[in-house]
Amino acid sequence: MKALEKIIHNLDPKFEKGGKWEKMYPLYETLSTFLFTPKHVTKKGAHIRDGVDLKRTMFMVILALIPCLLFGIYNTGHWHYELQSYINPEFAGYNEYLVGFGDKVLYGLLQVLPLVIVSYAAGLAVEFVFAMINGHGLHEGFLVSGMLIPLTMPADVPLWMVAVATIFAVVIGKEVFGGTGMNILNVALTARAFLFFAYPTKMSGDKVWKSGTDGVIAANDGVLPDGASGATALGDLASFVGDAPVVAGENLAGAGSAELLAKFQGAYDPLHAFIGMVPGSVGETSALAALIGGAILLFTGVASWRIILSFFAGGLAFGLMMNGIGVNPYMELPAYYHLIIGGFAFGAVYMATDPVTASQTSYGKLWYGFFGGGLAVLIRVLNPAYPEGVMLAILFMNVMAPLIDHYVVQANIKRRQKRFKTA
Amino acid sequence: MSKTVKLRKGLDINLLGEADKVTVDLEMPEMVALKPTDFHGLVPKMVVKPGDRVQVGSVVFFDKYNEQVKFVSPVSGTVEDIVRGEKRRILEVLIKPDGSQEAITKDSVDPSSLSGDQVKQMMLENGLWPFMVQRPLDIIADPNVKPKAIFVSAFDSSPLAPDYDFIVHGQDQYFQHGLNALTKLTEGKVHLTLNGSAPADVAFQNAKNVQINKIVGKHPAGNVGTQIHHIDPIDKGEFVFTLKPQDVLMLGKFFAEGKFDPSRMIAYTGSEAKNRKYYRTILGAKLTNLTQNNLESDNVRVISGNALTGTNVGKDGYLGFYDAQVTVLPEGDQYKFFLTKGWLGPGFDKYSSHRLFPTWLIKNKKFRLDTNLNGEERGFVVTGELEKVLPFDILPMQLIKAIMTNDIDGMEQLGIYEIAPEDFALCEYVCTSKVEIQEKIRQGLDIIKEECM
Repeated sequence: MKALEKIIHNLDPKFEKGGKWEKMYPLYETLSTFLFTPKHVTKKGAHIRDGVDLKRTMFMVILALIPCLLFGIYNTGHWHYELQSYINPEFAGYNEYLVGFGDKVLYGLLQVLPLVIVSYAAGLAVEFVFAMINGHGLHEGFLVSGMLIPLTMPADVPLWMVAVATIFAVVIGKEVFGGTGMNILNVALTARAFLFFAYPTKMSGDKVWKSGTDGVIAANDGVLPDGASGATALGDLASFVGDAPVVAGENLAGAGSAELLAKFQGAYDPLHAFIGMVPGSVGETSALAALIGGAILLFTGVASWRIILSFFAGGLAFGLMMNGIGVNPYMELPAYYHLIIGGFAFGAVYMATDPVTASQTSYGKLWYGFFGGGLAVLIRVLNPAYPEGVMLAILFMNVMAPLIDHYVVQANIKRRQKRFKTA
Repeated sequence: MSKTVKLRKGLDINLLGEADKVTVDLEMPEMVALKPTDFHGLVPKMVVKPGDRVQVGSVVFFDKYNEQVKFVSPVSGTVEDIVRGEKRRILEVLIKPDGSQEAITKDSVDPSSLSGDQVKQMMLENGLWPFMVQRPLDIIADPNVKPKAIFVSAFDSSPLAPDYDFIVHGQDQYFQHGLNALTKLTEGKVHLTLNGSAPADVAFQNAKNVQINKIVGKHPAGNVGTQIHHIDPIDKGEFVFTLKPQDVLMLGKFFAEGKFDPSRMIAYTGSEAKNRKYYRTILGAKLTNLTQNNLESDNVRVISGNALTGTNVGKDGYLGFYDAQVTVLPEGDQYKFFLTKGWLGPGFDKYSSHRLFPTWLIKNKKFRLDTNLNGEERGFVVTGELEKVLPFDILPMQLIKAIMTNDIDGMEQLGIYEIAPEDFALCEYVCTSKVEIQEKIRQGLDIIKEECM
């Protein structure tokens, strides 16, 4: 390693102020500090410092995202071939979850990896431009956002859209506020929200969740094959509120609410939904994978247990509240379902816990998480135009977080003043 | 009416290199220095000039803005030099000892028989006042204010800290004498706070005329700031004075013997220090005769004070005015490959409060930590980590942000009157973003001094 160290640091003068490649300093600094923790020593204050730094912290988040990524890759492959099995006899039997493992992994890889690569390439390019303008090295925040963005996308989303959304999110969502640590909204969710509102046909509906749906429709005279469905569990649930409820492609107009829920639970049984064997965005479907990642984050202390716990508690509490009101079949859905379908667990573990955009005070985190989870359920059930409420709920709570903190801080000030009055 | 406080928050950093409890007398150093830089915000007005002869207790300089506060020579000898820095700021007054330690002598008195003003006057005249530090602001106490209480912490909980039980042992009378003097300076109480998790020396246990409190917990349990916060918190407009045990001893000796006793016991600590023991030397002593042939390696940092709050003085530097400890740490000015010793390494060599490192698995290990920053400075990203090591009902992140944005109202409301930089040393240690928090706190205190005091 000494040799490598020598080679790299012999280049130092070229990138320093006045050097030949001075402009490229941020790129050089990023790479060299990645390879070698710099020899900076403490100047002021404490002479010794904790071993932790932002690189290690962020790396742990990326590590915690791996279960979701791996599961997402396989799940993408599975639902592609599941749909194929309706029209292509070659893939008959592929609708069983574990049949055709290799094919599914391969397809998933080919579909998901480009998303990851484009997201990182576009985001890092923007980050480097800003790093050069501001003359500092790359800050680590985007390394996590860059992985989160593809995981929140449907697998078939065009790559250029991912690039545009990422650039939008990094520039408008983060850099205009001053970069890592200063942003108000979660960067990955900003990217997703941007696409959701700018290109709704690619981000919602019932034709985007299984990779290759368009091809199957084209090959089958412009309609989905009989018995096939492209909707997500949440899409089906949203239809319960209207006149034409659908479960997994089956039209159940006129059915009673008990029958609808029974059909729904038959199509999406809790175990499958929990494991994530359902269509959806790449990384969001598996509550199990998110919980494994969550366990890593909680064990290492990177994510706040207050937020994760209260987010789930909020979702459950509002789900039960909906059960209590129960004026339509959606409201009667068992509350625990909300926690395992859609991106609820994924949002709770990876999105809501972003320390920059969440509440910063300990008590604030509890309120923030509780209302985040609650609001997600509320949006799902009460506003069928947005079948998935988690994204909007977290973005809304991002905006409200400073307000929550404000009240926590005021309470602290009052409590502190009281000590003197009673004394 | 004693109080017992239990803390849940805090952090003990297990450093390698505690001093053995053996006392060694050091020879008279070749030089001593009185450093105005040891006193934050002090503008000295010189009384002596190079070449002047001084005795132990001769006034060397005084505070330009508070002329009663005088600083005296710890040795007899000649003023060698006045070292100045930028804008002719005085950095050090060097005095070459002649070895005779001829001292200005006064009559010994029992402080119990004196009035508060008399005690104060004697302390001011004889260079003992600067040992008294006030909260708020963490500067030399203002002799014109009336403190509502005086706090003495009987122990130091910082890494490798000197053991005051050992230092004070057998000097019960001097210590009590010093406390008696302190009781005259306040209409409130004098608080002596002991470590609740270990038996204290009899000098502390049997102290009279004071309120004895106990505090149990990790560092910063031994900081007076923590103790004040939990026992008698400071509101805006109130003042508390604080003093270290060895300085109480000095004060007691002064009243008993009528002369300024400049001797000081220091713990020589740190992984790179050889012959780690307690050494008896002199205030402001040049450290050369301590560090010479007493270092494990060359590339080290010699710190007057502890690893969290001390000053980097170098091998031939001078002992700080308030310090009872010298810590020697390895310099960390090497690149560290990311997979072995760097940011992604297994990290068995790093001590961390975060579970990202296996520190918590190896509870009893002592760590040889170097001075590497272990990362680069970033904006605040991680939340909740500072709160874990600050046993105050104060929101650290919000207070620091108030300081950074110059928000005076915010600083006042969030508790700046109660704190000193040293109370936030652990916050600085654990900070993932490597923000220089102690300096920020000091900036905040400076703003408050300027605008509100």
